[in-house]
Amino acid sequence: MSRKLLNVLLPAAIGALVIAAWYGVRFALSDDTKFLLPAPDRIVAALIEQWPDLGRAAYNTTEGALLGFGLSITVSFVLAILLSLSPWVRVGLYPYLMILQMTPVIVIAPILVLWVGAGLKSVTLITFLICFFPLVVNTTQGLVSTDRHLVELFAMWRASRWQQLWHLRVPAALPYFFTGLRIAATLAPIGALVGDYTAGSSAGDGGGLGFQTIIYSNQAKYPALFATAAVTCVLGFIFTAGVLALSWFALHQWHDSYERPDK
Amino acid sequence: MSAPPIVEFREVTKRFGAGPLVLDRLSLAAQPGEFVSLIGPSGCGKSTILRLIAGLSAPSGGTLTVDGMTPDDAAAELAFVFQEPTLLPWLTVAKNVELALKLRGVPAADHAVLRQRVLDLVRLGDRGDAFPRQLSGGQKMRVSLARALALTPKILLLDEPFGALDEMTREHLNEELLAIRGAAAWTAFFVTHSVAEAVFLSNRILVLAANPGRVHTEIRVALPYPRTEETRLSRPYHDLVADVSRILRTAESAAA
Repeated sequence: MSRKLLNVLLPAAIGALVIAAWYGVRFALSDDTKFLLPAPDRIVAALIEQWPDLGRAAYNTTEGALLGFGLSITVSFVLAILLSLSPWVRVGLYPYLMILQMTPVIVIAPILVLWVGAGLKSVTLITFLICFFPLVVNTTQGLVSTDRHLVELFAMWRASRWQQLWHLRVPAALPYFFTGLRIAATLAPIGALVGDYTAGSSAGDGGGLGFQTIIYSNQAKYPALFATAAVTCVLGFIFTAGVLALSWFALHQWHDSYERPDK
Repeated sequence: MSAPPIVEFREVTKRFGAGPLVLDRLSLAAQPGEFVSLIGPSGCGKSTILRLIAGLSAPSGGTLTVDGMTPDDAAAELAFVFQEPTLLPWLTVAKNVELALKLRGVPAADHAVLRQRVLDLVRLGDRGDAFPRQLSGGQKMRVSLARALALTPKILLLDEPFGALDEMTREHLNEELLAIRGAAAWTAFFVTHSVAEAVFLSNRILVLAANPGRVHTEIRVALPYPRTEETRLSRPYHDLVADVSRILRTAESAAA
């Protein structure tokens, strides 16, 4: 059997097994506990039934996730370049980056709500905070890990600091940047959802998936809750796929993480 | 030889920080068009000599002039070929050569012509669109050489450029290097560990001794150019290789 076919069949078979096991567990549950595990068909039904709400919520969460993700890429890129300039900048700033990373979002969220109000702005900022750290750490690492011999080559050409940055350090950091980006891409939808859960608002065009989670939870709509989880997963997959595509586009011709085109 | 030397070391010393002497009052001069090989035990400072000429590192004492200037002012006349091909993996072969031209301030209008000329010279004229990883080790080294030649240097510094290649490839590239040189006689400083390579390429070999680095013996190689596969089979060539090997051994024991 070809490898490609196996790549599809194997996950599909596991999926089928999990669904079968799911029904099995449900069958074993007593009638008054069956609500704990809604049947997959009930979840699909809830998804369709709740789509006007869920679709809008997914749209809002995507908006916050994209804005926060974009903001974190921009800020982390600039900051990584700053950090790469001198070990002293790194020594001075790293402790504060660590503090920022270690402060739980749950604590920061109410402060952000106080500052910029509940809703999209807060959600964006929370997503930014969650995505930011892996990006800045990886990109900085890439910018300072440039091959010593290539640095000498540029010194030989008497290249300016900016030429060295633009023609050497930045492209050499791309594989590291994409490693950070892949991590950030899985975090962005989760960040937006958590942000929405803690600092969301139903004002304006309504809340996101986090806000929807609170509503379904309060209304004990358990199948809808599972459907919300599924939608979030799909969102995460889309983000990751987008980043993988970008990464392929930027690296496949030259980087060893992709198969050699010939030879 | 009455022409002023193109590279001249006068009593040059070098030490890194508070470390031991790497070079001790080294004096040497190269005439324009000479092919000088530097050979010696590790720690004899042969790579340091290249780095000083290149201006990548400054002498601790003495004077060093390159074409009558400081190495820094002579930057436009120098090109360096490192032991590794040092190609930028994200650029195609053509773009790698053109980046050197761009960063050295060669007008953009001339890039394509210059690039094609040097790639043709190393017989890779049709691989301009390839990425470095699609090339063999020998091909990468040839691109690296082409990139250095594209800058039309007066002085070419080569730091064991063929050290990582297999014997056959190395011999072919030695012949190619001399053939290319026939067209534009730059002065070459060539660091190597291979006596055979040094004899084949140079008209002068400096055998260095270590701790601290100094010139142990200077050997003139009177074999006529052009040198070819035939040269390697000749008696005078074999005698010279034997002589230089013997001198290298005494230089090594002098260091111990």
